[in-house]
Amino acid sequence: MSLSHHHLNSNILPTLSATIPTPFPLVFSAPIVSFLSFIFYSPLSLPSSPPIFSPFPSSLPTRKKMATAFSPSKFAAQPFPLNTTSQNNPLTIPTTASPFLGSTRKLIRLSSSSNLNIRRRSGTVVAVSDVVKENKSKSTLNLLITKEEGLELYEDMVLGRAFEDMCAQMYYRGKMFGFVHLYNGQEAISTGFIKLLKQQDSVVSTYRDHVHALSKGVSARAVMSELFGKTTGCCRGQGGSMHMFSREHNVLGGFAFIGEGIPVATGAAFTSKYKREVLKEADCDHVTLAFFGDGTCNNGQFFECLNMAALWKLPIVFVVENNLWAIGMSHLRATSDPQIYKKGPAFGMPGVHVNGMDVLKVREVAKEAIGRARRGEGPTLVECETYRFRGHSLADPDELRDPAEKAHYAARDPITALKKYLIENSLASEADLKAIDKKIDEVVEEAVEFADESPVPPRSQLLENVFADPKGFGIGPDGQYRCEDPKFTEGTAQV
Amino acid sequence: MGFRNIIGRRLGLGLVRRRKPFSTATCDGDGNGNAKSINLYSAINQALHIALETDNRAFVFGEDVSFGGVFRCTTGLADRFGKARVFNTPLCEQGIVGFGIGLAAMGNRAIAEIQFADYIYPAFDQIVNEAAKFRYRSGNQFNCGGLTIRAPYGAVGHGGHYHSQSPEAFFCHVPGIKVVIPRSPRQAKGLLLSCIRDPNPVVFFEPKWLYRLAVEEVPEHDYMLPLSEAEVIRQGSDITLVGWGAQLSVMEQACNEAEKDGISCELIDLKTLLPWDKETVEASVRKTGRVLISHEAPVTGGFGAEISASIVERCFLRLEAPVARVCGLDTPFPLVFEPFYMPTKNKILDAIKATVNY
Repeated sequence: MSLSHHHLNSNILPTLSATIPTPFPLVFSAPIVSFLSFIFYSPLSLPSSPPIFSPFPSSLPTRKKMATAFSPSKFAAQPFPLNTTSQNNPLTIPTTASPFLGSTRKLIRLSSSSNLNIRRRSGTVVAVSDVVKENKSKSTLNLLITKEEGLELYEDMVLGRAFEDMCAQMYYRGKMFGFVHLYNGQEAISTGFIKLLKQQDSVVSTYRDHVHALSKGVSARAVMSELFGKTTGCCRGQGGSMHMFSREHNVLGGFAFIGEGIPVATGAAFTSKYKREVLKEADCDHVTLAFFGDGTCNNGQFFECLNMAALWKLPIVFVVENNLWAIGMSHLRATSDPQIYKKGPAFGMPGVHVNGMDVLKVREVAKEAIGRARRGEGPTLVECETYRFRGHSLADPDELRDPAEKAHYAARDPITALKKYLIENSLASEADLKAIDKKIDEVVEEAVEFADESPVPPRSQLLENVFADPKGFGIGPDGQYRCEDPKFTEGTAQV
Repeated sequence: MGFRNIIGRRLGLGLVRRRKPFSTATCDGDGNGNAKSINLYSAINQALHIALETDNRAFVFGEDVSFGGVFRCTTGLADRFGKARVFNTPLCEQGIVGFGIGLAAMGNRAIAEIQFADYIYPAFDQIVNEAAKFRYRSGNQFNCGGLTIRAPYGAVGHGGHYHSQSPEAFFCHVPGIKVVIPRSPRQAKGLLLSCIRDPNPVVFFEPKWLYRLAVEEVPEHDYMLPLSEAEVIRQGSDITLVGWGAQLSVMEQACNEAEKDGISCELIDLKTLLPWDKETVEASVRKTGRVLISHEAPVTGGFGAEISASIVERCFLRLEAPVARVCGLDTPFPLVFEPFYMPTKNKILDAIKATVNY
C-alpha cells in the first residue's frame, strides 16, 4: 500500500542541518548555557590557564541559523565569557560534604546574589562542549588520547559497527527474530562514555543496547547468542535483543519501554552512594550511566528521576542520545524546547550539549561528568547530538527521514572521523587500523558460529525465573509441584 | 433489512439486531453497499476516516499517528483532516490518555492511540482513576464518554515481552469503562465506530496479529455494530467455546478438528468484554452443558476466570463438566518460548476432549 509521503518540511525548521537552533550563540562560547548551571560549575579559576577545550571559534554561529519559527524560550542567561574571574562575586556554597540525606543541603539564596557565578570548592574543571554543527575543531585540540587509548576507542567502535551489521544480516537470514534496534552511527557515545568506566560501574540502556553491552565488556558471543535466543546468551535466551543484562559487567538492561530504565539507574546510583556514606565503604565510588533517547525526554519518568537524582546528589550521569527521531516523530516537532540539556539546570544539575558524532569530544565531556559523579558532586545531564544511520528497527523502512539529513550525518561517521584523527596525528597507521578491522571481523564471525552451535533453551526453562523459587507456582491437585507436571507447560493442567 | 437499519441508526439505536448466520465472516453490515476485501488495519483506517468525517470535533492522536502509525492504521488521516485534528504526541502515555480525558470532558471525541498495549500501563492510572470515574464523581455533570483508546494487543509471533501482552483483564476490573475486542476487519470497523460514538469511555484492543493477515469483505459505508452483544459464530451442541480477538481463529481450527471426532462445538465471540453479554453465553451453556474459555493472557486472573465464575453461578446444575480454561501460562510473555506459552489449537483440542469425556 502506498504510504502517503508525509512532507516533513514543517514550519519549525527548514533544514535539519541547523538542527539545534542556538538562540543565544554567544552563550555557547561560555561553559554552560544556563546561568543556573553556574551554580554547579566553576569557571576556570585562573584566567590564564588554558581551557580544556578550545573555545568555540571566534566566528560564532551566525544568527541566521536561528530557527525562524522556533522562538527562543524564556532564556534568561546572560552570556558569560569562557574565563570568568572572581570579580563576579562568587557565592560560595558551604563546602562540607552534604550528609547522606541530601535534602538537608542548604538552599542557595538565589535572590540575594545579583550574579550567580558561583564557585565550587573543587574549582578545577569545566565541562563544556560547543554546539558544533560541523565536525571541526577536533584538529585544533591538543592530542587528547594516547595511541593505546586511540586504538582502544577505534576497536570498540568498530566492534559495535561490525556487530550491528552482522545482526542485520542474521536477521534477514532468519536466525534472529523479534524487534531488533541497531546502533549504527551512535557508536561514539557508547565508546566515549563506557570506556571510561570501571567494571563495577553500572550501565542502564534502552532497547538499542547491543553496543552498550559490548562496550561495557559483555562478550560478543554472549550478546549474539542472546539475540539468537540460545541458552548461552547473557540472559539465558530469555531476554532477547532488547534486554541485555550482565551481572558480571553490571549492565542493568536493556529496557524495551522507554524511560523505564532511568528510575532503575537512579536506584542503582543511590546504592552506590549509600554504600559509600552509610556503610562506609570508602572506596565505593561507583557511577551509574543511564542512556536514553530524545523521545524519552518528554516522558514523566525522566523528569521524576532528574529531580530525585539532583535532590539526593546521586552519582549518576544521564546521557541523552539525541538522534532527532523517535521512530517517525521528529524531536523538533515533539518537544516544546528541543534543547534537552537545558532541562538539567531546571532541576539543579548541569546540562551539557556535546557533538555525539565525535568520540573525543564525548570522551572529554564524559570524563568530567563521570568525575563529578565519582567525587560525589551529583548528577549531570549530557545531551549528545547524534544520528542513527539505519531505521528505528530492522522492521522500519525508514522512509521518513530526509536523505539530505542522512547524508549530512553519514559524512560525520564517528569511525571514519576517529580514523582520520589517528592517522593525521600519527597515532596509528593504516595497517594498524586494518589489523583491528580484521580482528573484529573474526570476533564477530566467531560469535555467530558460537551462537549457531549453542543449544536452544530446554522447555523446562520456560517456568524458571518467574519467581525466585520455581516451585512458587504451588502444588497441584495431585499433590505434586505444578511446575513438575508436564501438563502445566501444555496449558491443560487444572490450575 | 437495510431500511430498518437506517432507521435504527437515525434513532440512535445502532443496528437493528437479527439472527446471525453461522460463520466467522458474518454479514453484519447491510447486505447492500459496496464491500471490498480489505485487511484489519485498512478497516480500522476506514472507520477512523468515517469517524472524523462525521464529527468535526473528533481528534486522533498518539505516537507516530500522523505518518500513518507503525501499523498503518491512521494513514491518510493527517493529510485529509489536517494537523489540528490528527497529530503526534510526545512519548508520554500517561499524558496522552489524561489529555484525551480532558478533551472528552469538554465534549470532543478523543481517539487516543497507544502504540502497543504493553505501553498502556503508565496510562493505567488515568484510565482507572480518572476516565472510569469521571461521570460518577461529578454527579453526571461531566463525562469523558468521547474518549476511545485504541491499542494493538496480543501475540504476533516474535514480539517478546513488550510487544505481545494482552492486558484486557486489568481493564475488565474497572467499572466505568468498556472494553471491546474485534475479531475481524468487518467487526473491527463496526465496533470501532460504535465505540467512538458510545457515550462511555472505551478501551479498544486490536489484535495485531490480524492487522495484515485477516482479510474480509468490509462494506464501505458507515455502519455500527452493537456493543455488549456476544455473537454465536458457530452453532454446536456438545460444548460452548468462548473467546475473543485473534484467539477465535485458533479456536475455530480446534473446533474443526473436534468436528472430525464427532464433537459439535458452539463458538461464541464475546466482542465486548466489559460489560459482557452473559445472557448469550448462558443460553448457549444451557444448551450444551459444557464450556471452555480461551485467551492469550495468563490464566490466573485472566478474564476467563470471571466468565467461569459467572457461568457457574448461573448454570451450576446444568454443567456436566468443570469450566475449562485454556490460556497463556503464568509467566511473563516469553520470547523464545512463545510457542509453548500460547494456548494453541492442540491444547484447546485436548481440553475439548477432556471436557466432553469428563
